[in-house]
Formats: sequence, C-alpha cells, structure tokens
Amino acid sequence: MMVKSTAKKWELRLYVAGKTLKSVTALTNLQKYCEEHLKGQYVIEVIDLLEKPQLAEGDQIFAIPTLVRKVPEPIRKIIGDLSNEEKVLVGLNIRPAQ
Amino acid sequence: MSKSREKKTIAPYSTLPKTPTGIAGLDEITGGGLPKGRPTLLCGEAGSGKSLMSIEFIVRGALEFNEPGVFMAFEERADELAMNVASLGFDLDKLRAQKKIKVDHVHIERSEIEETGDYDLDGLFIRLGHAIDSIGAKRVVLDTIENLFSGLANQGILRAELRRLFHWLKGKGVTAIITGERGEGKLTRQGLEEYVSDCVILLDHRVIDQISTRRLRIVKYRGSLHGTNEYPFLIDKDGISVLPVTSLHLSKEVQTARISSGIAGVDQMLGGRGFFRGSSILVSGTAGTGKTSIAAYFAAETCRRGERCIYFSFEESPKQIIRNMRSIGLEVQPYMDKGLLAFHASRPTLYGLEMHLVAMHKHIRQFKPHAVVLDPITNLVTIGPIGDVKSMLIRLLDFLMEEQITVMFTALSLNTVVNEQTDEGVSSLVDAWLLVRDIEFNGERNRGMYVMKSRGMKHSNQVREFIITDEGLSLVDVYLGPEGILTGSAREAEQLKDNTGIALRNYALGRKDREISRKRKVLESKISSLQTEFESVEEELNKVYMEEELKKEMIDKSRRELMRMRREHGTPPEEKKHAKRSGKK
Repeated sequence: MMVKSTAKKWELRLYVAGKTLKSVTALTNLQKYCEEHLKGQYVIEVIDLLEKPQLAEGDQIFAIPTLVRKVPEPIRKIIGDLSNEEKVLVGLNIRPAQ
Repeated sequence: MSKSREKKTIAPYSTLPKTPTGIAGLDEITGGGLPKGRPTLLCGEAGSGKSLMSIEFIVRGALEFNEPGVFMAFEERADELAMNVASLGFDLDKLRAQKKIKVDHVHIERSEIEETGDYDLDGLFIRLGHAIDSIGAKRVVLDTIENLFSGLANQGILRAELRRLFHWLKGKGVTAIITGERGEGKLTRQGLEEYVSDCVILLDHRVIDQISTRRLRIVKYRGSLHGTNEYPFLIDKDGISVLPVTSLHLSKEVQTARISSGIAGVDQMLGGRGFFRGSSILVSGTAGTGKTSIAAYFAAETCRRGERCIYFSFEESPKQIIRNMRSIGLEVQPYMDKGLLAFHASRPTLYGLEMHLVAMHKHIRQFKPHAVVLDPITNLVTIGPIGDVKSMLIRLLDFLMEEQITVMFTALSLNTVVNEQTDEGVSSLVDAWLLVRDIEFNGERNRGMYVMKSRGMKHSNQVREFIITDEGLSLVDVYLGPEGILTGSAREAEQLKDNTGIALRNYALGRKDREISRKRKVLESKISSLQTEFESVEEELNKVYMEEELKKEMIDKSRRELMRMRREHGTPPEEKKHAKRSGKK
C-alpha cells in the first residue's frame, strides 16, 4: 500500500471475510487495476469483518467482497471478486461509461 | 448461550416448543406462539401490517418475555421505525439504550452498487451475527429481505445465499420473522416460502364496500395444530390484536341466578325475577319505541348492583345518551365517574364488522364487565351483508357466554309484522326477546311490550303498555275491551266509561229499590185500610148481634119476670143457659 500526498487521492476500502478465494481474487484484481491506472494516487485498506464485525454497519456492507470508494466522493460500491476489469474501472469512475 | 438453547430444544416437549409473540390473540391461534428457534415467514401486501407485527414481536419479546431482539430493517431507518412504533406506545430508543433491542438498517441503493464477479452475503451474516451476539438476542426480524432482490442483479447468488441464511438462522437458534411482499399467484414475490417452510403467516388487507378489514391466516405451521381460518386483526394504539373467531364449543357453564332488568314491570313479565345472568337479551322495536331507554335502564341497574357494564353505542354519543336519559329521570353520570359504566361510541362505518368485533373483544377483555349493551345491532347491517352480521354476532355472543357476561342487544325493526322480523337472525340465538311495538289507534301512537320468548322461565303472554315518563319507564296493563286492545288515552277513556257505567247502574239500582219500598208502603196502607173496614163491618155485625142478644135478654128477663110473678106457684131453672151464651160473645 502506498500513500502519496497528491491532490487527487483515491481512498479504497476492501471488505473481506477471512482469506477466502473470492477475497484473495478481489484483492489481487484490485491491486492490479490500481497499479495500471492509478499508480501512486491510491490507498487500499483491507478490512476483515471476521475480525471487526462492528465495521460492517458503518459502510452498509452486506456482500463480500465489497470494494468501497471513499474518496473521491460520492461513495461507490463494487461487490464481487472484481474479475471484470471494465466494470470495475467504470464503477470507480476511472473510466467513463460507454 | 448456545448451551442453554440446546437444553431447551431437548427438553421433554411432546410438541414443538414455541415462542410466545405477546400479540393479543395470535398466541391463541398458533397454540402458543411461533416455532421456537425457527424462522417464520410473514407475508402480505404493502400496508398489511407486516412491519408492525414483526416489530411488536420484538418489542413484546424484550418487554414481556425478557428476550432481546434484533430488528434488521431493509426498508426503514432506525429513527423512522422508532417513530412508527411510538404511536403504539413503545419507546424503541429506550429499549435500544437498554440493549434489549438492536435495530440495524441495511441500506441498499442499486445506483451505488456495481456487481462484478462472484460474491456472497457474508457481510450480512456477519452483521446479523454481530448484532445477535452483542445483545444476546433470541428473536430476529428481517424486514423485508426481499429488498435485496431489487438491490442486487445476480439472482442466482441471492437465492443460494438466502437459503444459506435461513439455515444459518436455525443454527443460531433464534426465533425469526422474515417478512415478504405478497406476489402474484404466490405468497411472496420472490418465492421466499420455498426457503422458510416451518411457519407461514399471511396478512391481508381487504376493502369491501369501502370498508377495510385486516385479516390474518396461518398458511402452514409444520408440526403444530393451528387455526386455519382467516382471523381479523386490529391495529390500534395498543398494538395488534387478533381475534380467534370461531371457537364455538357450546359447552359453556350456565347460571340460574337472575338479574333485574331495571324496570319492575319487565321483571314481573319474566316471572317476577328478571333475566338469567349470562344470558342474551334482544330488545327489538320500530323507531322511537324506547329501545335505548330500556337498554340504559338495564345498564344503570347493573351498575346500581355495583357491577360493571360497557355500553357500545352505534348511534348516539355518550353525552347524548346521558342527556337523553336524564330527561326520563335516569342519571348515569355517577356510575361513569365511579368507573362502573363505560361508553364506547363508534359509527358502524368506522371500520368493518370484524374490526368492530375485535374492538369490542378488546374493550370487554380490558374492562371485564358483567353486562354489555349493544345499541343497536341493526346499524351494523350498513357495513355488511346480513349473513356476515349474523356470524359476527354469533361469535360475539359465544365469547360473551364463555365469559358469563349478560348482553342486551337492541334492534330496529323496519316493519311491524312480527313474523317477518328476524332481526339479523339473532332472534333464534338470544335467550330472551322483548318486543316493543307501536300501537297506533285513535290518532295517537302508543307502545306495547311483549315478551316474545324467554328461555327457561315462565313469562307473561300479555301485552303491556310501555310508558315513558319524566320519572322513568313503567309498564301498565293494557285495556282489553270489547273493541280489542286499547292503549293511551283510549285506554283511559274506556276506563272512564267503565266508571260511568258503574255509577249509572248504581243509580238505577237505587231507583228500583226506592220504588219497591214505595210499593210496599202503598200495599201496607191498603192492607191497613181494609183491616179498618173489616173491623167496622165486624163491629157493625157485633152491634146487631148484641142488640139482638140484649133484646133477647130483655125478652128473657121480662119473661122470667113474668114467670117469677107466675111462679108464685112453681119455678123453672132456665135462666142460667141464656146468661152463659151472652158471656161468650
């Protein structure tokens, strides 16, 4: 995880529940897309709800894994293992929808 | 915690262990409550009361059974929920602060969510598990989980996950209610009934003739006996009350004690002692025959004995009744102040028949009266067909009999032909039937009262005139004259006529008597004059005789004189014989 004080910072939060296949796949995918498109401008925070179940309520998490874009606003959520790159990029507003 | 739950499940129950809901009536229908430790599906259309019933399940669990509960709301936010139940008198915020209830609002907004690839609902499981564990919840509500379907696109995943969720809930040992929206041709839009198969309750909200009635039906309840009918239920300021409608056993106790009707004349017609306690009485009559007055007298009499009475009025407001009764010398206000008399006035059209029944049930259960008055039942016909009204009244009667409550109905009859009156068909159900009837005659309208029937007691077959005065109600014997039954002023006139007749007859009799005595006098005087006449004739006769006697004597004397003079020579003794005869006369 890298932290860089740039004006256009991306704060991403990935909610998982233990080290399941879906969770690992999601994290791997996410890291790959971020390196490709947002190099140096992003933060990824991984929250394991098995350890901190109380955090699920705050971000309205019900599906696992869920990726939440905290910054920039507005909040966006992408659920699933993030296997579809196109959808993730559109969902995070990195690439405009076609 | 799980240990204690296990203990409960293996406890020596011959039947399914149940969790009481605390909702009035529902536990009776389900035979004790919802299946313990299993999910129950509560389905119904929008606005049928699903959310309210489920939150009441949670709140009552926390308040009455000390079972904390989790309410997972997919529709409303916690503060909205708190506001909704505040109208039922539940302080949700306080219960949340006391850790008896946890409300978790799951917000799903499709526009914010993008789906890509495989996922599961572990997040929801974790949230729910966390909520359950944090307060030790025994009850869970998911309201309504179907919202997930509108928020998520991948139905395959969702269905699999829901199936897993219900299994998981069973594993948790919590008694859960899952609500679902009613769907076309099936119980829920998303077919949740496939997953929840232990207990399914269907709520319904029907509008017939512009009057809505809420009903509840237990579609299935695995492993338990349950009522299968549709039961009406009511949502009011105290929450939900469900009415178990058809529990006709006809095995109720009967009483032989008698209670007064409050009107001496009526008691007299009923063998002098009034109605049986716990019986049902119908007072019917055309408009303005004093049915309400009779009912009010009965209510007041009940209170006078120190017993409680509820007066359900469908026509007049309590204040009107109090004012009107005052005009006939009946003061009911003191009984109300003492808490013996309660009025419940409602327009029949306020809600459906079933709702009226539920409402009456509720009031009766709370107030525990000895007598109930329904005035009038006829107005209920305006909100339902006669058959429905009858079945409702049967159920009410049944309930009242079970509780040994005396009930008086009043009914308006629209015609005066007795045979045609069935009075919503209750006349065959009631124990006593008083009929007040107009008797129109001689340009005035009077009231006649009959006892049409009175089971189990000797009763008068006479028509009495029913009089309402400033001092109250009374019955007088009608005049049965040669021209038929007379009432009112005709009766009084006839009585006057009678009195005149008696005077005339008396006078005539006197005259005859006097004539006889006069005749006697005449006769007597005649007799005396005849007697006098006779006396004078006799005297005359006597006089002649005496003269002759005297003459004879004189002759004799002179002859004797002659003879004596001649006897200077011999004496004949004949003198004595003549003397004797004269002496006799």
